[in-house]
Amino acid sequence: MRAFFALSATGEEFVPPSSKDFFLPPIFGDNPFTTKPIFLVFLSVILVSAFFIASSRKASIVPSKLQFAGEMVYGFVRKDLGQEILGHDFMRFMPYLFTLFTFILTNNWFGIIPFLQFPTMSRISFAYVLGIITFGVFHYVGIRKQGIFKYIKEIMFMPGVPKPVYILLTPIELATFFIVRPLTLSLRLFANMFAGHLLLLIFILGGEHLMQGAIGLKLVAPIAFAFGIGLTFFEFLVQCLQAYIFTLLTALYIAGALADEH
Amino acid sequence: MTGTLNVVGYGLAAIGPGLAVGMIFAAYINGVARQPEARNVLQPIAFLGFAMAEALALFGLVLAFVL
Repeated sequence: MRAFFALSATGEEFVPPSSKDFFLPPIFGDNPFTTKPIFLVFLSVILVSAFFIASSRKASIVPSKLQFAGEMVYGFVRKDLGQEILGHDFMRFMPYLFTLFTFILTNNWFGIIPFLQFPTMSRISFAYVLGIITFGVFHYVGIRKQGIFKYIKEIMFMPGVPKPVYILLTPIELATFFIVRPLTLSLRLFANMFAGHLLLLIFILGGEHLMQGAIGLKLVAPIAFAFGIGLTFFEFLVQCLQAYIFTLLTALYIAGALADEH
Repeated sequence: MTGTLNVVGYGLAAIGPGLAVGMIFAAYINGVARQPEARNVLQPIAFLGFAMAEALALFGLVLAFVL
């Protein structure tokens, strides 16, 4: 029975994937700016621009299939993320929201596209940059709209609250607006991509290790691979959802900064 | 078998935000089911609440890796 389930003949131990697997070596020599995630970012920019230029170049009243696909994505962002949340003034923010949504979506999809298979956002620095840009945008918009003192005052002293409550509320509100919001925005994206990629690694690498084992383990290995494939589809869902949530929260924060009272 | 207890701690810490997110969306679904036209009003509130509740889980994740 033991021999039936014995691990690989060479006796090498299974090394579970860890956060070390996300530090990829540079492609060209020692230059740390030529790692795979960086190329993926450039690739995503090229792909997104090429797709939307191609789909809108020969725009006609009766849309081609490509034009229809491009307009469907744009229509989704415009209606569900722009119009419904930002109200009548939403067109000013459409370029940012649309760029954000398509950029994050493409970069997330790289996690399950064969041969690329690395979600760019599982390196936290990329997610931080997106969080910082959103942070800058919604504070800039709020300050432009209300003036810096009124804007800070509205954040610190929420109207319609008894005075003693401010002792508790003011620090919480300040922390929410200046630390928690940008931090959680980027961490949420990073954590989901990181955990998803790790999950896929465990099932695929574990399955591969089981294949090297005795006959009993070889029989179990396909189950691990099947789970790997199933989780890939689940990952697809999560990737779309995270792009949506990031853009939605950005729109919500902008709408909050534009509103007269929070 | 090696590992760190941080991860166990994080697992326990994630129970709270998990329940919270579930309750927020349960309330959102209830609200929309009772009054479908209130969907547009409820959606931003639900997602802001979800973001706040999930922030706690994300801080736990960071601490599990950093400490």
